[in-house]
Amino acid sequence: MPEYQNIFTRLQVRGPIYSGVPLSAEHNTRQARTGINHLFGMLGDAQVGPIYLGMTGLLSIICGFIAFEIIGLVMLDSVGWSLSQFIRQLPWLALEPPSPAYGLRFPPLNEGGWWIVAGFFLSLSVVLWWVRTYRRARALGMGTHVAWAFAAALWLYFVLGFIRPVLMGSWSEAVPFGIFPHLDWTAAFSIRYGNLFYNPFHALSIVFLYGSTLLFAMHGATILALGRFGGEREIELVLDRGTAAERGALFWRWCMGFNATFESIHRWAWWFAVLCPLTGGIGILLTGTVVDNWYLWAVEHNFAPQYPAGSFSGLPDPATLPPAEPFTAPSVAPALVPTPTAPTPLGGAVQ
Amino acid sequence: MSLVIKAAAAAAALLAGGALLTTFEAPPVETVQLGFRGLAMEQVYNPRFLARDEAANIVPAVIPKVGAAGPKAGAIYRNVQVLGELSVTEFARTMAALTTWVAPAQGCNYCHNPENMASDEVYTKVVSRRMLQMVARINAEWKPHVQETGVTCYTCHRGNPVPAAAWSQITTPPRTAGLSGGTAGQNLASPAVGLSSLPYDPFTPFLAQGETPANIRVVARDHLAGRPNPGTKETEWTYGLMIHMSTSLGVNCTACHNSRAFSRWEQSTPQRTNAWHGIRMVRDLNLNYITPLAPIFAAHPNGPASGPVSARVGPEGDPLKVNCSTCHQGVNKPLLGVSMLRDYPELNAVRDQGAPPPIRQ
Repeated sequence: MPEYQNIFTRLQVRGPIYSGVPLSAEHNTRQARTGINHLFGMLGDAQVGPIYLGMTGLLSIICGFIAFEIIGLVMLDSVGWSLSQFIRQLPWLALEPPSPAYGLRFPPLNEGGWWIVAGFFLSLSVVLWWVRTYRRARALGMGTHVAWAFAAALWLYFVLGFIRPVLMGSWSEAVPFGIFPHLDWTAAFSIRYGNLFYNPFHALSIVFLYGSTLLFAMHGATILALGRFGGEREIELVLDRGTAAERGALFWRWCMGFNATFESIHRWAWWFAVLCPLTGGIGILLTGTVVDNWYLWAVEHNFAPQYPAGSFSGLPDPATLPPAEPFTAPSVAPALVPTPTAPTPLGGAVQ
Repeated sequence: MSLVIKAAAAAAALLAGGALLTTFEAPPVETVQLGFRGLAMEQVYNPRFLARDEAANIVPAVIPKVGAAGPKAGAIYRNVQVLGELSVTEFARTMAALTTWVAPAQGCNYCHNPENMASDEVYTKVVSRRMLQMVARINAEWKPHVQETGVTCYTCHRGNPVPAAAWSQITTPPRTAGLSGGTAGQNLASPAVGLSSLPYDPFTPFLAQGETPANIRVVARDHLAGRPNPGTKETEWTYGLMIHMSTSLGVNCTACHNSRAFSRWEQSTPQRTNAWHGIRMVRDLNLNYITPLAPIFAAHPNGPASGPVSARVGPEGDPLKVNCSTCHQGVNKPLLGVSMLRDYPELNAVRDQGAPPPIRQ
C-alpha cells in the first residue's frame, strides 16, 4: 500500500519507457533520450524525457539566452568587468530602461538601448515558449489550458514592460532587469502612484494570489488525506464517485457546509491562478495612465479608511507657508528611541 | 534516504543557517508605537545598540566658563575677523575648545603658524574661520531645524579634523561610457543609501545643486492622471535620499511619514517638518559654506602639510560635503540631544555670517 502522507513519493512505478501517443508525419520524431532517475521519482515521475524541443523551443531558448547574455554583460560592465564584484554584487546589479528624456525613442545602446534589445529578445523568447506549450498540447490532443494560464502571466509581463510604458509615452516607466532593482522599482512605483494598496485591482490580485495558495493547500491536503481510499484517482471519481470522493466531500460539508466537486476544484484553482496576473495587470495598466494617486482615488471613492480628528500631529506643508512667517517650534518632539539614561519615553498620538 | 540526499540536505541547512545568522538582526527587537493604532507608525530599535550609541555620543567635558572680563580679542590680537567681540579670556577658551573638538592630537599648530599666530598662511585657519561662520549661521538662521539645542564644531567633528560622515560626488560607473552608461547612477551595493540598489548619489541633485535643486516631491497631488509628472525613476532618487535620512538617523520611515500616504502632511509627524527644514539647511551649508571653499580644498586635497593625510576632496575633485549623517551619525538627535552650545555661548558672538540670506523654501 503506497503511503501518501509523506513529503516524498514513497512508491516509484518502474514500467517500460513510455514515449507517448503516435504522432502524425508532420511532427518530428521524438528524440528518444529517456531514462529513469530515482531522485526525480521522489518528487514526480521517475521517467525523464523524451524532451520535445522543436523549432519554437529551440528559438525560444536562443532568444532567451541572448537576452540573458545582454543583461549579464551589462551588469558585468557596471562593476568594471570584475568577476568577483559581479558575484558579490549580483543581487544589486541591473539593466535599466532608458531615462525619461528619451520617451519612446530608441536611445544609444548604453543609455537604455540594450534594455530595449534585451526586452525584445526576452519577449520573443516567452512568446515562442507560449506557442510551444500551445502546440505541444494540441499534438497530444489535450486542451490548451496550460497555454492560456501561461498567457495570463504574459499579460502581466507585457503590461509592465511594454503596454503601460507605451501608453505613458516613456520606456523609463518600465521595470529594470535585476534582482533588488526590480524590487526597489516596485516600492518606488507604489510610492510614486500614491500607494498601490489602494488600487482595487491590486487588492483583487492579492485575493487571487493568497486564494490560490489556500485552494492549493485545501485540495492537496484533501487528496493526500483520501489516499488510503484511492482518492488520487481524481478524474475517475469525477464521474463515478467512490468512497474517497464521498468522504472528502462530506468532510468539507461538515467543516463549512459546502464542497467543491472533484471536477470543480480544478476549475477553481485554474481561475484563481489565472485571475491573479489578469487583475494585477489591469491594476498596473490603470496606474499613471488613468489614476495618478491611488490613495487620493480611494479617498475620493470612500475606499480609504478615515481616522478620527486628532489622530495625527502633523504640521501643515511648510512649502505652502509664507517663507517669512516666524517659526513657531512645535512642542518638544518625542524621543524616538529611548536613550540609555531615560528608558521609555513614548510620544505622539498613541491610542 | 541515500547518502547523497542527506549530504545535500545538510549542505542546504548549513547554507540557510549561515544566511539566517549573518543577514538577520539578532533579537530582541523592541517596537515603540508613535502613531494611531493599526498604521504601523512605530520605531523599531534593538536595545543591544543603545550602549553602543551612548558610547559613540559622549560629550567632552566642559571647559570651565570664564567671564567676559578684560579687553576684546579684536583689540589685542591682529587678524581676528569673526570672534573679535569676545573678551580675550573668552577667546582663549573658544580656541582651546576648538582644538579639543577638531584637532586634539594635532594641537594649535594644526591651524596656526606658531611663529605668527595671526597669519592666515596655514589654510586650515581660513577654513576654520569659515566654519565658525557656518556654525553661527546654523544656530541663528536654522532654528527650525536645530531648535534651541544648536550645534558646535563637535556636533560633526567629534575630535576629527574631517568629520567622519561626509560625502562627495560619485559617478561610478561613468555615465557616458561602457555598456552600462545608462544605469541611471544606481544598482550598486551602496552604503550611502542603506545598501539598497537605489541611486547611490542622491546628494548632488538634492543637497548641492545650485539654486534649483531637484524636486524631492514626486507624488501626484491629484488622483486623476493627465498632467506631466515625475515618473518612477525620479521617485527612486527621492527614495534614495529618504533611505539616507532613515539610516543617518537610525529611524524608520514612519518617524516622519504615515506610510499609507507618504506625501500627506496632515497625517505625518511633526518630525517631518523638522526634517524639511533640515534639507534646506544642508543645501545652504553646502552651497554657501563648503562649495566656496572648493579651491582651497583642491589646493590641499590631503589636508595640511603637517599631516595626517586625510582626504578633503572626493574622486571627482569636489570637496567633502554635508548630509544628514554628518551631524546625526546614526541617532535621531545628534549627541543624543545634548546641547553643547549652551555651554559655549561664545560661538554665537559671530555676527557676520558671510553669506546671503538662506533660502528657506
